[in-house]
Amino acid sequence: MASTIRVRAIANGDTTEVQALIQHPMDSGFVKDAQGQTIPPHFIQQLTFEYGGKAVFIADWGPAVSKDPYVKFAFKGAKKGDDLKVSWVDNKGQSDAVTAKIQ
Amino acid sequence: MSFSIEQFSATRRLVLQGAGTVVLMSLGNLVAPPALAAANDKYPEEAFKQKADKDAIQALYGRTAEASDKVKLDAPEIAENGAVVPIAVTTTLENVTSISFLVSGNPSALAASYAIPSGTLPSVSNRLKMQQTSNVTAIVEAGGKLYSATKEVKVTVGGCGG
Repeated sequence: MASTIRVRAIANGDTTEVQALIQHPMDSGFVKDAQGQTIPPHFIQQLTFEYGGKAVFIADWGPAVSKDPYVKFAFKGAKKGDDLKVSWVDNKGQSDAVTAKIQ
Repeated sequence: MSFSIEQFSATRRLVLQGAGTVVLMSLGNLVAPPALAAANDKYPEEAFKQKADKDAIQALYGRTAEASDKVKLDAPEIAENGAVVPIAVTTTLENVTSISFLVSGNPSALAASYAIPSGTLPSVSNRLKMQQTSNVTAIVEAGGKLYSATKEVKVTVGGCGG
């Protein structure tokens, strides 16, 4: 199965800019479906970016983060060709992880 | 915007007055601000349940924020689609350890909280849902203190209800 995580990390000098797009419904628990049934909450709770065995960015998310969430940040100290590990876990215990090469 | 904690302190004082000296000391320890939720890796479940901005900030950080012009909140004046509102924050403050976003008009105010370890730049962009027109607040935790910036975003189509 294709990964739910699309990540692009670009090193520019000492700073690496990271953009990530994740496929996830991020159901808030307030929305009803066509039959009038409430769709139960289903959202990513934690998204972690690791570089060199150390977390460089941790996102704690509630259901108010948009569907197919996007996040952008930047960190220092990485080089082109290094690995950046991205992983998430949601409120149902599902998870996904991917390791991206810094470009 | 700054949030008063007078109410909280008043309750605490009453509790303390009613207690003996020994109990008072141990109570004092109990009532001390909880360890910074954003500083460790645990998901701050309680903070995400709070309905009001003030309560969410208290649950997440155990302290109150003061408005600062060093926190730059970038949000649209009008969001046509409340389901996807691009919001970003950046700051010139140093020693930033976390950044959080709150939407006061949502069923739960806290939307997202980001841990910023040293070496990571204090700048985050993300996309949030907004149920209705309301204030969006960014909280920056720097050097153990909280700084905030607030902006009203008008929403034409809500993104939380069905």
